[in-house]
Amino acid sequence: MATAAIELKNISKRFGSIQANKGVNLSVNKGEILSLLGENGSGKTTLMNMISGIYYPDEGQIFIDGEEVVIRSPKDAFRYNIGMIHQHFKLVDLFSAAENIVLGLKEEGKFDMKKVCARVAEISERYGFDIDPNKKIYEMSVSEKQTVEIIKVLYRGANILILDEPTAVLTPQETQKLFTILRRMRDDGKAIIIITHKLHEVLSLSDRVSVLRKGEFIGTVKTAETNESELTEMMVGKKVTLDIKRTDPVDPVDRLVVGSIDVINHDGVKVLDDVCFTARSGEILGIAGIAGSGQRELLECIAGLQKVQRGKVLYNNPQTGEEENLRDKTPLQIRQLGVRLSFVPEDRLGMGLVSDMDIIDNMMLRSYRKGATAFVERKDPKNLADTIIHDLEVVTPSATTPVRQLSGGNVQKVLVGREIAAAPTVLMVAYPVRGLDINSSYMIYNMLNEQKKKGVAVIFVGEDLDVLIELCDRILVIGSGKVAGIVEARDADKNEIGLLMTKSDSLQEGGAADE
Amino acid sequence: MNFLNTAATFVNAAIIQGIPLLYGATGEIITEKSGNLNLGIPGIMYVGGISGIIGAYLYEHSVETPAAFWCIVIPFFASLLGSALMALIYSFLTITLRANQNVTGLALTTFGIGVGNFFGGSLLSFFNESGSIAVITTGGYYKTKLPFADSLGLFGETFLSFGFLAYLAVIIAIVASWYLNHTRTGLNLRAVGENPATADAAGINVIRHKYLSTVIGGMIAGLGGLYFVMDYTCGAWTNNGFGDRGWLAIAIVIFALWRPRSAILSSFIFGGLYIICVYIPGLSSAAKELIKMLPYFVTIVVLVVTSLRKKREYQPPASLGLSYFREER
Repeated sequence: MATAAIELKNISKRFGSIQANKGVNLSVNKGEILSLLGENGSGKTTLMNMISGIYYPDEGQIFIDGEEVVIRSPKDAFRYNIGMIHQHFKLVDLFSAAENIVLGLKEEGKFDMKKVCARVAEISERYGFDIDPNKKIYEMSVSEKQTVEIIKVLYRGANILILDEPTAVLTPQETQKLFTILRRMRDDGKAIIIITHKLHEVLSLSDRVSVLRKGEFIGTVKTAETNESELTEMMVGKKVTLDIKRTDPVDPVDRLVVGSIDVINHDGVKVLDDVCFTARSGEILGIAGIAGSGQRELLECIAGLQKVQRGKVLYNNPQTGEEENLRDKTPLQIRQLGVRLSFVPEDRLGMGLVSDMDIIDNMMLRSYRKGATAFVERKDPKNLADTIIHDLEVVTPSATTPVRQLSGGNVQKVLVGREIAAAPTVLMVAYPVRGLDINSSYMIYNMLNEQKKKGVAVIFVGEDLDVLIELCDRILVIGSGKVAGIVEARDADKNEIGLLMTKSDSLQEGGAADE
Repeated sequence: MNFLNTAATFVNAAIIQGIPLLYGATGEIITEKSGNLNLGIPGIMYVGGISGIIGAYLYEHSVETPAAFWCIVIPFFASLLGSALMALIYSFLTITLRANQNVTGLALTTFGIGVGNFFGGSLLSFFNESGSIAVITTGGYYKTKLPFADSLGLFGETFLSFGFLAYLAVIIAIVASWYLNHTRTGLNLRAVGENPATADAAGINVIRHKYLSTVIGGMIAGLGGLYFVMDYTCGAWTNNGFGDRGWLAIAIVIFALWRPRSAILSSFIFGGLYIICVYIPGLSSAAKELIKMLPYFVTIVVLVVTSLRKKREYQPPASLGLSYFREER
């Protein structure tokens, strides 16, 4: 076998008490695409950051073209022609594409932007990119930004490309385009590592697959000789049933009726356009869409955090039987109406919890108005905190630990636990399993299902279509702020939803779908 | 003719007032482009001034007849050294120790003014002299006009009658502008101020850029103090004589939207606003103070307008005021 373009031997890395990587062995040849597969938090990104010089390994060796190298900084990585495309783009928003591409380079001769643009055009033509070198990054779509990142590393002459979850933010069409480009680069002799947890992408794109689990190296298999269930088993360790126990809704009644909502954001862009839907009690309504299609604004409208230009948000109070319009009311006014609304926002530590306060104090954010005196009641919140820690298996030294010291999954459990403890009639959750491992994710799904059984109207904004289809009763698909369609989850087709997500001019079919 | 003469005198005075501000503003722009909000600039300018004075005083006292060359060079480098040390303190605290930039900057200003006033008040007593410091010989050399200035009439008197530091200020601002916009390292520096993590990933040494631009920015600002004591006051030192010019320089950075070239004209405008009350006859002292407020008022108006317009290019460097730490997870 030829010498590998890059080979890792026995790489380990710790962050404090967390073992991020342990004894990882990995190799990629020229003209090959390797998938690095693993759950969230399995150490994929840490490993790749060690190759690209962001972190330095505690143990182990790295070989490039058969020779041992030391990569102490991103600069070293460039020298060995390693290029990394990060999940969170490392671009300067204010700069143009070309300026970002040459950033940090020490080329000979005069600094000449025209020459740079010409080379960018040459690379674009070779691999089939479509990009305007003078466009500013802040004016670009996610897919364009990714293109800039890839051209950036190619411009530097990278022979080893690492892509960290490149498809996470792309539409299916954009993903196909990216894959075409990656295959073209492979045929051009580049060694490509793609980090992902989407199995179908692994199978359709890569030549070999390496699997990490909780920082440990599990093994490498040829893609042609494996299948989805074997990879899943390697990834999660034990065979997990992907079924989520879904029950049929019991006596659903219309709990929340959203009618023809328009929202215009600070920049004057219409982020929600004539959105209509109904959330029923005892039902989970899924909301699917490309990130940033208006999901956040939609939930904030209902929670009283977003100014609405047009439309109504009607709530049927199960206790009084009365109908209340929540539009233009503050969260406090909504609560005073007796509306029991719980909201788990996407931005957990920004909107959901105060990161420097401990778990008890965060519980008190919802209850501090209780009591007749000027002093706050600490006993009930403490009991609630202890219950949540115990029942949801939150890993924390104590209830008085600041939440910023907890891991993402535990933060989410604290937040979801608090919101559910408020005994809501409407529960809104946005990306509740983002950054969580499979076990924590299932715990969250079960909690949502229990709420559903209690007759709560659950609104679930998700990104994984498989989960949406298995968990929800109905799925509302949102595209560019418009309702693209509402489908029954039980007989939904993934491709159909994917297609609805990507077409933006679907106002006519979608807007009236749920009237 | 009389009006023309008055106007010419005013413009001349505005430029003279504007020069220290221009040094301060250029220095602060270079600093802020690296993401460091150095509020210690007033203190650094103050130290730049007193360092120059100390250098000049020591030289004038050590020789019988001071030579023009050394009279220029010694205070010049003494000033650079003083302000560089001040900027180094700031850099070490905020970049290496990652202390809060606002707190450090404000403390540095207090410290700088203290240092200046200490030496300003006690320098003579070290040599058993009394009175106030005046390095008139050096001041005279710093004030030397261009030889042909007088032969150019009103134009020469208005625009060419300054010492060499005035022209140097404009040259530095133009060079800084060119450096930021047309060189590779300028692009790298701007990237550090906008998004240090990105710059780091691109192989740019963030720490070095921050140190260098803060120290060089501080040295440029310090020259503003030197100009003030050598040229404007002709080598005479009075404690607290520099006034609030350091804060004005920081206001100009905002007014000029972080562009050194715009800072040139902005400084002269601010210089004009600073002294315009003298040229308006019959003002009460309360009205004078109100008019002196104008530069700050204009700065607030600029802030309001640019905030409303939301144009990305008009905003401060995105990571301004934030410390950078690489291995943060």
